[in-house]
Amino acid sequence: MRVSPFLLPETLPRKAGDYLILLFLLSCMGFFLMPLYVMIVTGLKEVSGVSLSTMWNLPRQLSGGGFVEAFTRLSPNMGNSFAIAIPATIISAIWGAINGYLFAKWKFRGSNIVFSFLVFGMFIPYQSILIPLIQTLQILKVYGTIWGLVSVHVIYGLPITSLIFRNYFANIPDELVEAARIDGAGLIRTFTKVMLPLSKPAFVVVGIFQFTNIWNDFLFGVTILPNPVLQPVTVAVNNLSGSFSVDWNVVMAGAVTAALPTALIYIFLGRFFIRGLLAGSVKG
Amino acid sequence: MKFVAGDSASQGSHLSPAAAAPATTLSHQASRGQVKKSRFHFSDQSLAPLLLAPAMTLIMIFVYVFIAVTVWVSLSRWGTLRVNLDLREPFGATYAQMFSMPRWHANLRNVVVFTTLFLSLSISMGLLLALCLDRRLIGHTLFRNVFLFPYALSFIVTGIVWRWIFNPETGINILLDVLGINKLMVAMGGPALHPGWTTDPSVIFSLNSWLGAIFPAVKGLSIQLGIPVAMIPVVIAAAWQLTGFAMSMYIAGLAAIPHDLREAARIDGASEIQTYTKVIIPLLRPVTVSTAIILGHVSLKIFDLIFAMTGVGPGFATDVPGIFVFDQTFKATRYNLGAAASVIMLLLVSIIIVPYLWSSLRKR
Repeated sequence: MRVSPFLLPETLPRKAGDYLILLFLLSCMGFFLMPLYVMIVTGLKEVSGVSLSTMWNLPRQLSGGGFVEAFTRLSPNMGNSFAIAIPATIISAIWGAINGYLFAKWKFRGSNIVFSFLVFGMFIPYQSILIPLIQTLQILKVYGTIWGLVSVHVIYGLPITSLIFRNYFANIPDELVEAARIDGAGLIRTFTKVMLPLSKPAFVVVGIFQFTNIWNDFLFGVTILPNPVLQPVTVAVNNLSGSFSVDWNVVMAGAVTAALPTALIYIFLGRFFIRGLLAGSVKG
Repeated sequence: MKFVAGDSASQGSHLSPAAAAPATTLSHQASRGQVKKSRFHFSDQSLAPLLLAPAMTLIMIFVYVFIAVTVWVSLSRWGTLRVNLDLREPFGATYAQMFSMPRWHANLRNVVVFTTLFLSLSISMGLLLALCLDRRLIGHTLFRNVFLFPYALSFIVTGIVWRWIFNPETGINILLDVLGINKLMVAMGGPALHPGWTTDPSVIFSLNSWLGAIFPAVKGLSIQLGIPVAMIPVVIAAAWQLTGFAMSMYIAGLAAIPHDLREAARIDGASEIQTYTKVIIPLLRPVTVSTAIILGHVSLKIFDLIFAMTGVGPGFATDVPGIFVFDQTFKATRYNLGAAASVIMLLLVSIIIVPYLWSSLRKR
């Protein structure tokens, strides 16, 4: 098995070129961290401290800054985002595992064509299905409800979750399926007794990837949930920034708050995150 | 001659870039013909399509039927709050109306400009960073984690922060003063820099007169064909968020190139730079193709980032089809117009995605 390129030993710089590379990487790191600095520093300032001319300065005193107000305003929406993202992630992961297993190990005539029709679904601009989607949700009486949005995320999550599981299961030797068959296991028993116990890593990858995607969604949230009380945090924080009565320190603190769950996932489970994004990354 | 590495690197052009990924667990290998037809398992064989049916039915409805409905709406007379699905006369009148709108012209210009600039910036920076990290110097894990970090954030958060940074009253413009760049400019006899960034409605590098000489139709356009200044901050924000993705694709692609190949190049007398320019970078071409396709389709669909950062911008300088659809459908309730624009978005995305899917699924 190949060694993961994401876990390799480091070497010390030896040549002049190495120092140039390090210098370049360091300045890029400065650029990449700059918005995070702005977000956190502005968020930590008190209203009186947020003046346009001192944007880059550190806050003069350490206090809650805009975070207290941002958190009071956004905590219901944070709750909504969790209530949307967690069930949608779990359901689409389990369903994707079933589909992926069938596409990988139980090919039938035309299954590849069926699969490509499924996968195309993850690339479409969702704008091109929104009008009939909203009409359908209204007919089904789930428009404007959390469960309506959860269902939408499950359905449009199926292509990517099925794809990741299909690729994962395709890599598990067919001999295992053969052996299970000889032992008398059918399609379903092979899945539950052989495949599922092996698929924990794929579930972690899919779970993290889907949670991040759903948490970061904006378009479905803003169109399917018009009620501000039920809206996910991405929509709420955007409303916050669009309102003239809210100060910039609160907006920035709100942006930090909204970003926190996925940022923490990235910091603590980054390597699974990378696998997920390489396994078929689509944003937007 | 066929490189072994070429093979593994070309997996990057598969639908699933995971193939080129370190996580070999996720890479796929076609499992052709392993499921032998056996009389004893006939029921299991027919069970598979049956178990797939619920998911496939939902996808058929929620993707394909819905697209068909949207196409119908775009051809209908449903231009107000009241649903009216009668076909509009003459056929395709809404498209004709849209393609005569200056705002739509600006949209198409903007999405082309945005895609071109964003792809060149994020792919070249992604490649450069991956090659720098390939030296595995001290701290490379930290660097890589920092560069990819923005990818975990929502476009909305990115848009909000960068709007603040590019606010002409503060942000970058203060840095221009603080870092002494403006002093330098004045000392050299130039004006102090104070760009309007996202508030600047002007279009630079205008091609109108040049193109107009070749295509007289361009002279009739009401918009400037060039780079809207307000679009530049949006490109920077988008590249900030997605360069890490391109970098990760290249890191995975580099890992798929066997060490022997680099060794062989060295033995053949290639310098380190030659090894990169003559051996490694050509082998990364399939990775570039898949990265360009994935990021390209993201950029054609771009919506959240611009919605949070600039909106339509001054003089529609940052307006894109994603915003246009949203405005026409949900604000102006001109459903047929919104649907028509979304159909064009879908066509643009399909032009790059369908060949990609076709070529990657054919290989399986």
